[in-house]
Amino acid sequence: MKKFMNDPADVVAQALAGVAAAHPELRVDVAERFITRAAGPRPGKVGLVSGGGSGHEPLHGGFVGPGMLDAACPGEIFTSPVPDQILAATRAADGGAGVVHVVKNYTGDVMNFQLAAELAADEGISVRTVLVDDDVAVEDSTWTAGRRGTGATLLVEKIAGARAEEGGGLAEVAAIGQEVNTSSGSFAYALRAGTTPAAGRPGFELPEDEIEAGVGIHGEPGRRREPMRPAKDLVRSGLDAILAAKPFPGPVIVLVNGLGGTPLIELYLVFGEVAAYLAQRGVRIARQLVGNYVTSLDMAGMSLTLCQAGDEMIRLWDAPVRTPGLRWGA
Amino acid sequence: MDAALAGDWMRAAAAAVAAGAGRLTELDTAIGDGDHGANLHRGFTAVVAALTESPPQTVSEVLVKAGTTLMSRVGGASGPLYGTALRAAGKALPATPTVEPAELAAALHAGLAAVRRLGGAAPGDKTMVDAYAPALDAFETAVAGGAGLGAAAQAAAGAARAGAEATVPMRARKGRASYLGERSIGHQDPGAASTGLFFAALAEVSQAHPRHAD
Repeated sequence: MKKFMNDPADVVAQALAGVAAAHPELRVDVAERFITRAAGPRPGKVGLVSGGGSGHEPLHGGFVGPGMLDAACPGEIFTSPVPDQILAATRAADGGAGVVHVVKNYTGDVMNFQLAAELAADEGISVRTVLVDDDVAVEDSTWTAGRRGTGATLLVEKIAGARAEEGGGLAEVAAIGQEVNTSSGSFAYALRAGTTPAAGRPGFELPEDEIEAGVGIHGEPGRRREPMRPAKDLVRSGLDAILAAKPFPGPVIVLVNGLGGTPLIELYLVFGEVAAYLAQRGVRIARQLVGNYVTSLDMAGMSLTLCQAGDEMIRLWDAPVRTPGLRWGA
Repeated sequence: MDAALAGDWMRAAAAAVAAGAGRLTELDTAIGDGDHGANLHRGFTAVVAALTESPPQTVSEVLVKAGTTLMSRVGGASGPLYGTALRAAGKALPATPTVEPAELAAALHAGLAAVRRLGGAAPGDKTMVDAYAPALDAFETAVAGGAGLGAAAQAAAGAARAGAEATVPMRARKGRASYLGERSIGHQDPGAASTGLFFAALAEVSQAHPRHAD
């Protein structure tokens, strides 16, 4: 393992210190482990809080700022934050109108956010939770912990964040976030697993001519191992899986997301294939985003996300956003 | 069991987790995300520090304090699950300086019920429940048969270890390993393995303690 670090145990804290140094518009509480807007909560505005394990940067801390999140709480690498930390972030985001938690559907995240929401309720803070579970590679059945939250988390945070910024109430902000989730589907491929600083070696080994299909964002292996194929074939298989899981009759927002170790030249090549295949399948692209947003440390790979988006969702997608990780119109 | 022995149990669990962190991480790398050993090690280190800083006076307080510390320090699924198990067990105990094996059995029972409520796992789902449930059964049976703490804990430790080994052929239905479907078969569940360490620690300290080693 070669990583830019000083001690594997201190990576998260030292990275947070770096975020604090780089972004004076944010307030980073390195000890309590949360990031908020430096200006603090706006009275009367619904607060939007997310969090999860570290290693997915810029998710979530990189999405704190006007038009998106009010606070983020990063856990240890690939480990959900603890209830105290989520509660501290929730307090820091509360402008008196309640707080929406955006939670990716993983057992640990769900439990810790649930415990934090109960603690917040005891303090008189109303909390609504939007659970993100867009990954169609996992069967949603009694055999699994349910579908995972992946690429659609960015869309939920952007669109619900825009609704909160323009004065939406607690129920409205939660409802639009939930709608984005139910309108989205994602599928990912890994070419090489990421390496956590604690483990020091990749989460799984892949021969040169094989890939993991239906992989998650925590270094866990995917649903199956497949032979490596041209990008055109992989994009078709991935999109077929998404289109088979959910109907996409109207225009879509497309996210081609790098998992941390794949260069942009490949992601743009993939987007070209996505655009061509969706045109062939009669799916109109309304908006698109290409880049590394929901990553898995240094995993080489990419995820495809489609979100069925009506005019209102597209308006909120286009609304100004000013965060370290996503910035337009502001 | 008294508060000192309960504290020794937590310290022995911390030592077992420290020694076994590498193996737990290896098991978790196969079907999870490879951090179970590091997370529990961080949590139990904090538990030992908390118990040393202000030693509780009852077994109940030891378990509640250990559970609260794990819940606020570990994160992931194992923090809330181990945290809730110990807190529920501690709260089920009387606030007396010592507790009888039958009272500890009832407390362990409350801990398992809390884990199952929070995580929704049943035996056979390839989780910590697959080690915890047989360990509790063995503990209760031994106590009902008149065994002391040491012998009951020894039986529980054996059953927990066997339960953890029995998760190898299971297909995971809860937690991150469930995403692998059939591919989770053939690996031991890391949560069941760490639960085995936890009961082994109980056996170790109660046998080392002459008053309980019957």
